[in-house]
Amino acid sequence: MTSPTKAEDSGSAAVLDPELTATTDVVKGEKQPEGRSPGQLMWQRFKRDRTGVVSACVVIFFFVVAALAPVISKLYGKDPYTLYAQEPDYPFLLDDFAMPSGDFGGISGDFWFGVEPKLGRDVFTMLLYGMRTSLYMAVLVTLLSVITGVIIGMIGGYFGGRVDYWIGRVTDFFLGFPQQLFFIAFMPVVTAMFVDPQDETPTYLRAVAIIMVMWFLGWMGLARLVRSSVLSLRDREFVEAAKVSGAPPGRIVRKEILPNIVTPILVQATYILPSTILTIAFLSFIGVGFVEPTPDWGRMFKVGTEVYEQDPMFLLFPGAALVIFVLAFNLLGDSVRDAFDPKTGR
Amino acid sequence: MSDNLTLPAQQGSTGASTEALLKVEGLTKHFPIYGGFPIKRKVGAVQAVDNVDLTVGVGESVGLVGESGCGKSTTGRLITRLLEPTGGKIEYAGQDITHANRKKLAPVRSEIQMIFQDPYSSLNPRQTVGTIIKSPMEVNGINPAGGREKRVRELLELVGLNPEHYNRFPHEFSGGQRQRIGVARALALNPKLIVADEPVSALDVSIQAQVVNLLQKVQEEMGIAFLFIAHDLAVVRHFSQRVAVMYLGKVVEVGDRDSIYNRPRHPYTHALLSAVPEVAVDDETENRERIRLAGDVPSPISPPSGCRFRTRCWKAQDKCATEEPPLLQIGGNREGHLTACHFPEEPSIEARSEDVVMDPALKALEKDGNVSKD
Ligand SMILES: Nc1ncnc2c1ncn2[C@@H]1O[C@H](COP(=O)(O)OP(=O)(O)OP(=O)(O)O)[C@@H](O)[C@H]1O
Ligand code: SF4
Ligand SMILES: [Mg+2]
Repeated sequence: MTSPTKAEDSGSAAVLDPELTATTDVVKGEKQPEGRSPGQLMWQRFKRDRTGVVSACVVIFFFVVAALAPVISKLYGKDPYTLYAQEPDYPFLLDDFAMPSGDFGGISGDFWFGVEPKLGRDVFTMLLYGMRTSLYMAVLVTLLSVITGVIIGMIGGYFGGRVDYWIGRVTDFFLGFPQQLFFIAFMPVVTAMFVDPQDETPTYLRAVAIIMVMWFLGWMGLARLVRSSVLSLRDREFVEAAKVSGAPPGRIVRKEILPNIVTPILVQATYILPSTILTIAFLSFIGVGFVEPTPDWGRMFKVGTEVYEQDPMFLLFPGAALVIFVLAFNLLGDSVRDAFDPKTGR
Repeated sequence: MSDNLTLPAQQGSTGASTEALLKVEGLTKHFPIYGGFPIKRKVGAVQAVDNVDLTVGVGESVGLVGESGCGKSTTGRLITRLLEPTGGKIEYAGQDITHANRKKLAPVRSEIQMIFQDPYSSLNPRQTVGTIIKSPMEVNGINPAGGREKRVRELLELVGLNPEHYNRFPHEFSGGQRQRIGVARALALNPKLIVADEPVSALDVSIQAQVVNLLQKVQEEMGIAFLFIAHDLAVVRHFSQRVAVMYLGKVVEVGDRDSIYNRPRHPYTHALLSAVPEVAVDDETENRERIRLAGDVPSPISPPSGCRFRTRCWKAQDKCATEEPPLLQIGGNREGHLTACHFPEEPSIEARSEDVVMDPALKALEKDGNVSKD
């Protein structure tokens, strides 16, 4: 237990008594002047987890592809709107039954993922743009839900008492809503709030409506999680120490409590995001989400299920992409959780 | 940083001054208990602290001793205003702070600090040592000469830690070191009163003495008044100039160190003293009294009538059940030595003709001669 620092200590006059300095040690890794924060330790654990790293790469790949969709489609030379079957450049893309005439759903050097049945659009760019829409929407919904959940949970947990009681009841009320039914029933209502039902609804309004409806019913899980974490942190002595020093509630929440619940929030968000993607796909699938011609992941399934007997390939690509993405995201969430709290995993 | 003085200059580190820094009168805290179905209502109260009087002089160190659950922490938290008193009055430097809110409290906030019991939960695991010690200065807008970081390093050195540990995180330190960080944080505001809530009971016995020594040094050199909370008399023995003994939410005896340790009057103080291991080892030959109390402390939800100690007291008589003994300077006590008892013990700690053994099971054992000596 001898270390350079200790020798230094016993030399300095300010140190109380020799017996005391003898125990001023223990700290491991004396050579590095900077301590490793809990966050850094977590990052190190995460880097050792191969599943986590691979899923992170997959997830990042999806996001990059989605973000670069316009660039990719420009390089690729096609877009998701053109009905290539009607273009003179590509004769005989679809057969007499409006199915792709080529093998495997019309996969070719020109159409990497094949051709859409009936309309003859390019599947590859449709999927790119569809993913792009879904991911953007999901990220937005998740962000909004997380922020709302954190704020509501924080207020309930920190102030407790009557405030907490009523917030809890409201949360329960929202949790009791039948989600799917609510989405189906309220999507038209929300859109009607903005546009006359006779008029064509602009795409961005549909997006806003979807986001609002999902946000409305998306924050409760996180609010509960945050509330219970804050509740357990609120009575910890370091919070009391901050109070004794006169710190205002805002500062206590920001500096003492929030940094301690960032990780569970992050983990929860990695579960919310993929399920949001699935829900958005579901909405489009049942016809209350995006409509033609907006490229959309969910609607590709709808078309896919209609034609899967004649053209199974059309279902394959969006399906595989969705499964891989959701799976990778959930695995990533698990890895983040394990890195955060090594005791829970395996 | 000492512009916000609410007090005349301190008189060195002589301690026991006549000037009261903190004056607590009739302090009461009842935690309500809610129950009932379907409508919840108040069905009772935990009388954690009941009518406690206490004074702490400028630069004085006062020990507050009592068994677990007797309301020591609650008293400390009331004084640091982490809890809202149910009744009574807290006066700090002549200023009534009983119900002062955060804003009104601001001027004296920095002068009353606290050291906590659990070194593991008293430091934020996400903050570096530097941030932890610096925060109180930031909150109070204190800019010491040479910058806050320099001051933090000085404080670290003062409490016996390496100033280079500035950027480390709490999880890299041992319990004793963490407690030192807690001390440094409390000192960051140059307080005049520190409430130390069992600052060493979570520590290894070998470390306890070091931390107590540190606190003693801080107390003497900086002239800070201490309210040192402990659950036995051994820990505060060398530290406190005055000691208050608490039982079930009440102060049963208070006096200067010599009176409490050598001339105790209250039966409970006698019992506590006979349980001090340090003393037992030192004075083995001197033949001290031996007292063993029966059972547990009664519930603070429905404390015994009259004297709260009567269920465990060997001198209890009918009067004890009907009349609550007031905290007075009873006959035979010296100045400032107050005892709340109708039938006090002799001011001595000599062994009596027969040991007081209140525990029936233990009594039976001792009769058999199995347990002749601890
Ligand atoms: N927030 C609270 N709500 C309800 N009861 C409480 C609360 N805090 C403390 N109590 C009760 O008040 C009584 C006194 O508690 P306190 O923590 O002050 O005891 P203590 O003397 O510090 O004990 P220890 O030595 O175990 O720390 C106990 O019976 C406890 O259960
Ligand atoms: S008042 Fe009675 S019961 Fe209470 S301590 Fe004194 S003798 Fe015992
Ligand atoms: Mg306590």
